[in-house]
Amino acid sequence: MSAVAFSNAEQDAVIRFEDIGRAYQMGVETIHALQGLTLTITRNEYVAIMGASGSGKSTLMNIIGCLDSPTHGQYWLNSQLVSRMNDRELARARNQEIGFVFQTFNLLSRMTALSNVEVPLIYAGLKRRERQRRAKHALDVVGLADRMSHRPSEMSGGQRQRVAIARALVTNPSILLADEPTGNLDSRTGNEIMTLFDNLHDRGNTLILVTHEQHVAEHAARTIRLSDGKIVSDERPGAGR
Amino acid sequence: MLLTETLWIALQSISSNLFRAALTMLGIVIGVAAVITMVALGTGAQQAIDQQMEALGGDILSIGRSNRFRHGVARDQASLTTDDAAALARESRHLDGVVPEINSRFQVKYGNRNLSVSVLGTTPNYVDVHGFTIEAGRMFNLADDASRRRVVVVGNEIPGMLDTDAASIIGRTLQIRAISFEVIGVMEAKGSSGWRNPDDDVWIPLRTAQFRVTGNDLVESISVKVREGIAIETAMVDIERILRREHGILPGKDNDFSIFNRKQFLDSRQEAAEVFTYLLAGIAGVSLLVGGIGIMNIMLVTVTERTREIGIRKALGATKGNILLQFLVESMVLCLIGGGLGLALGAGAAYFAAEFAGWQTVVTKASVITAFAFSAGIGLFFGIWPARRAANLDPIDALRHE
Ligand SMILES: Nc1ncnc2c1ncn2[C@@H]1O[C@H](COP(=O)(O)OP(=O)(O)O)[C@@H](O)[C@H]1O
Ligand SMILES: [Mg+2]
Repeated sequence: MSAVAFSNAEQDAVIRFEDIGRAYQMGVETIHALQGLTLTITRNEYVAIMGASGSGKSTLMNIIGCLDSPTHGQYWLNSQLVSRMNDRELARARNQEIGFVFQTFNLLSRMTALSNVEVPLIYAGLKRRERQRRAKHALDVVGLADRMSHRPSEMSGGQRQRVAIARALVTNPSILLADEPTGNLDSRTGNEIMTLFDNLHDRGNTLILVTHEQHVAEHAARTIRLSDGKIVSDERPGAGR
Repeated sequence: MLLTETLWIALQSISSNLFRAALTMLGIVIGVAAVITMVALGTGAQQAIDQQMEALGGDILSIGRSNRFRHGVARDQASLTTDDAAALARESRHLDGVVPEINSRFQVKYGNRNLSVSVLGTTPNYVDVHGFTIEAGRMFNLADDASRRRVVVVGNEIPGMLDTDAASIIGRTLQIRAISFEVIGVMEAKGSSGWRNPDDDVWIPLRTAQFRVTGNDLVESISVKVREGIAIETAMVDIERILRREHGILPGKDNDFSIFNRKQFLDSRQEAAEVFTYLLAGIAGVSLLVGGIGIMNIMLVTVTERTREIGIRKALGATKGNILLQFLVESMVLCLIGGGLGLALGAGAAYFAAEFAGWQTVVTKASVITAFAFSAGIGLFFGIWPARRAANLDPIDALRHE
């Protein structure tokens, strides 16, 4: 199946995996973090990825986010073969197509919340005034309008998570990836974050989030379970769409 | 586009570790300071030579007895005479002035003061040809010379050396080799020409000198001023022709006189000064190189320290080019700040060398521009490797970096 034939067939697929594998060579041993993943995620889907620790969830997210490259198989992002993209195209995809909320937030500690949220806009080539306007808006959306000039060290875990989400949202990406977004939060803050995600989904975003909590996964319409780097189930319990 | 942001990030990064930045810059500061100071000294020396050239008059040739230096003893059979000088003055169309000279060192007595000075026997036009001015009294004239009068004109520093002054020494008697001379003039200060100081010489008429001192009509040297617009070489050929004929030298035989071109002498000194400048600039360049390696070292450390930041930036859409630029700009900013400080330090050192050590120094615009260009170049050259390392980091590896 060629890329062209595929993209004609399924216009709505934003993410398409074809037999994706990710292996790590540890000395003589080969660790298969992912193996034989074939899946399609379409526009405005809300997907939860579950699985035990070490099952390959983060590896999968990193590949989707164009941060890591699969050692096997092919990945189309918005009908474009990622392995064929050059550095500029990859940077553009990370900047424009994907918003990534990291498990460990990955905020720049020397910068204020506002500056952190501005970073993707710098690489998008926006002028300072426009950047600040958009960054303020994004912080407003996540309810942090009053914490803009705080540094990460001056904020709680939930607030940092919101900054990370604001940063992921600020370029208006079509796909939002979140690796255990509620993992480090108390349940009340976790619920607030999930409400935020639900809103984003309602606004037309494609959402993929990793979680090990069933009640978090229930927000999603589709749940993919991983075990030892393989998909063991892929369910759409509720409506079935 | 991104340049202002990049610059801003670089400045923030530098200011977040000011002490380290200062240490890193030190090599560049010292290197640039050294370059500026050295070049200032070299240019100063050059300028001093140019001024000497001006003072000497590059258009003056000295004719001497060629065997003057042979075996370290003068041989009398080859001699310059007053007649040679007369022949040159008469026949060469290329010369503006011909000044025969005798020079000996004698004890000079004034009252109860004794001095050993150079006594020059020469003709009145000496003043014009060598560019002297009379400060007080007058220069001896042709009549003084013709009648071998015992009159003397003294250099500007002589009155002071004799505990008197220009005005009061005129008309007084000076004993040269126990012969009384009347002081009729004092020269204006001329300043050292590099190898001798004419301000502590005294001058007497040539014939007086020949009659009272040497007892013959020989002269030691003849200075000639080349007419304006005439090439020095043309004049030299002319002089050679006239003197060979005067001395009856057969074709194929060597000259028994030599023509000394002072300009050539200064040219060689100038070359020496240039070599000196380049040498010092070279040494300074080496310290810049060492400074540059320091920059590279600290940039490599910075890249390692900020691996995670690089990963984050890449994950958020930074291209390799963005990262490369960021670290290049940072190393260039470091170098340029270092260069600026070095420039101030070097200019200061040059100023103090001039003010307190009396060396002539010149900080030229060219050396300032060069120093800055060099600093930026060093930042670029030694920054490129660390910056490339940063740019080529794999985003996921960088993000995992602890
Ligand atoms: N850089 C790496 N080098 C070697 N093995 C790795 C590396 N990253 C992940 N792995 C391995 O890949 C597997 C999946 O890891 P990961 O995707 O982080 O799991 P999860 O996020 O589901 O906990 C694990 O067995 C882990 O040890
Ligand atoms: Mg994980």
